[in-house]
Amino acid sequence: MKNIIEIKDLKKYFKEVKAVDGISFCVKEGQLFAFLGLNGAGKSTTINIICNLLEKDGGEVYIDGMSVDGNMHSIKPILGVVFQENTLDAKLSVYDNLKFRAGLYGLRGQRFQDKLNYLAERLQFKDILKRPFGKLSGGQQRRIDVARALIHSPKILILDEPTTGLDPNTRITVWEFLNELRRTTNLTILLTTHYMEEASESDYVVIIDRGKIVASDTPNNLKNQYAYDFIKIYDGADELKVRLDSDGVVYKEDGGYLLIEVKEITEAKEILTSYGKYFDDFEVIKGKMDNVFLNVTGKQLKEETK
Amino acid sequence: MKDKLNAFGSMLGRNIKVYFKDRMTFVLSLMTPIILVVLFLLFLRGIYEDSLVNAMPEGYELSNKIVNAFTGSWLFSSIMATSCITISFCSNMRIDDKLKKTLRGFEIAPIGKFDLSLSYTVSNFISTVLICTIVMIISFIYLAIVGWYMTFGDVMLIIVDMLLTSAMGSLIISIVGLFINSQGALGGFCTLVSSMYGFICGAYMPISTMGKGIQNFVGFIPGMYSTVIFRRAYMNGILEEMSKSAPSQAVDAIRVNFDCEYFFFDHKVATWVHFTVVIVTIAVLLAIYLALNIRIHRKNGKPKKSH
Repeated sequence: MKNIIEIKDLKKYFKEVKAVDGISFCVKEGQLFAFLGLNGAGKSTTINIICNLLEKDGGEVYIDGMSVDGNMHSIKPILGVVFQENTLDAKLSVYDNLKFRAGLYGLRGQRFQDKLNYLAERLQFKDILKRPFGKLSGGQQRRIDVARALIHSPKILILDEPTTGLDPNTRITVWEFLNELRRTTNLTILLTTHYMEEASESDYVVIIDRGKIVASDTPNNLKNQYAYDFIKIYDGADELKVRLDSDGVVYKEDGGYLLIEVKEITEAKEILTSYGKYFDDFEVIKGKMDNVFLNVTGKQLKEETK
Repeated sequence: MKDKLNAFGSMLGRNIKVYFKDRMTFVLSLMTPIILVVLFLLFLRGIYEDSLVNAMPEGYELSNKIVNAFTGSWLFSSIMATSCITISFCSNMRIDDKLKKTLRGFEIAPIGKFDLSLSYTVSNFISTVLICTIVMIISFIYLAIVGWYMTFGDVMLIIVDMLLTSAMGSLIISIVGLFINSQGALGGFCTLVSSMYGFICGAYMPISTMGKGIQNFVGFIPGMYSTVIFRRAYMNGILEEMSKSAPSQAVDAIRVNFDCEYFFFDHKVATWVHFTVVIVTIAVLLAIYLALNIRIHRKNGKPKKSH
């Protein structure tokens, strides 16, 4: 797979604030690439530079082999962007909004109608085409905005926290469709998100903190590297605690279960073999992206940001 | 080229449709004409009628048709003069799009920065001309009812002046809009222009009734020259009709008192000079507009330095 986005030593400073401080990464064609970080970490600044909405202070950005410096006329048609805020007109109908946006990409007449019908069907907004955009619910508006970004069949879709504040149904609808596009058209998705769930589903994750990349790998490798697994033991015999204490195994007691942190799955196996006779019920919990993020940045992604 | 034209056409269509769909903006941009109609109905009409009658020699009586046609012509010349400017000032979609961040959606589309900028200016001009054409048609219907004295030449003069004044307004707001970065600044600017312009171009009260200093000062405001062209176009016919029976001295006095003539430092300004001032102003504004846009475009077709 070729690199469709290449970022080399990208820098963006706002006076003394280093919003993006020398980051480098590559996104492969067809990949779902997640950019994970708290507000102010530098995610949106990077996106704005990629889209040429913001001037960089240093580094290089290549999209599909072309530098963003001086080639935006060739890059723009292959980019689709969903910003954090909607960019459609509240007073215009959904149909008019999409018609005028499609016109910017030379999509008119029957070709536009066919694309509109397809998107309306898949993103479930056929019945609200005539309604003013501003009168729609947040979830409906987001679906239309995603359709707007896809109307010209871009090669790369950039989603800047696209599902923040969305209900689960809308999130599922949008992601099912995007995954289908990835399978059928090899669409590349660059995603910035707060959602661990979304980041876990991606092919590659970059964690950014205060303008710097602090970790990057596949979700599985990140979990293996930074998140610990747990063994949760239910109804353990009293003798279990005595044995664990005497062997120096650290555990936490919480309500009706004991929680033992293990660095890797082989350690879990050993514990289960050694102490299995003292309990009947247990489960092994794999480490999550939340733990990865916490361990890498020392910061918690709060629930309310989800 | 075809794609560029398609994109430009889409932006034009979108800008015009959004403006006409936004009732609040639409009503706000018509605020000055509405104020003028209200003032006219409340007391301006009476004042103009009295002024007109008093300007006539004793014993000379004007017919109701003449009086109504005269006051109507004055009112609509004022409305047209202000509408071309205030509508264009309040209907610039670019500022609104910039503040609502809608502009970002267009900046990522394959339309050049200059084409994008031009689309806002042209759509602003078209919206202004569309509304002013409707106002003009209403004025013609009203005058046809109360008393029609205009010639074909007068009508053409009104149309040409409307196009020029609208172009002037669209260019001014397109230039100013590049520097407006907040809703407060936009609101303040629109309110200031809407309320002030009627006074400084002599739409609410004739320039001739102002002090000598102010009369000379407004001579430096190009909008005043287009206002006088509207006055002449709307009122030439009725004044000609009056001069058939009324003493020419009285008619000349009315011509001056009601701004159909303008004296710049005591020099009478001819119609062609009025047109020249307006056209030169448009040319200068166009040059500034192009220079600013080319400068922005040259910054590498470059993005902004900050959010």
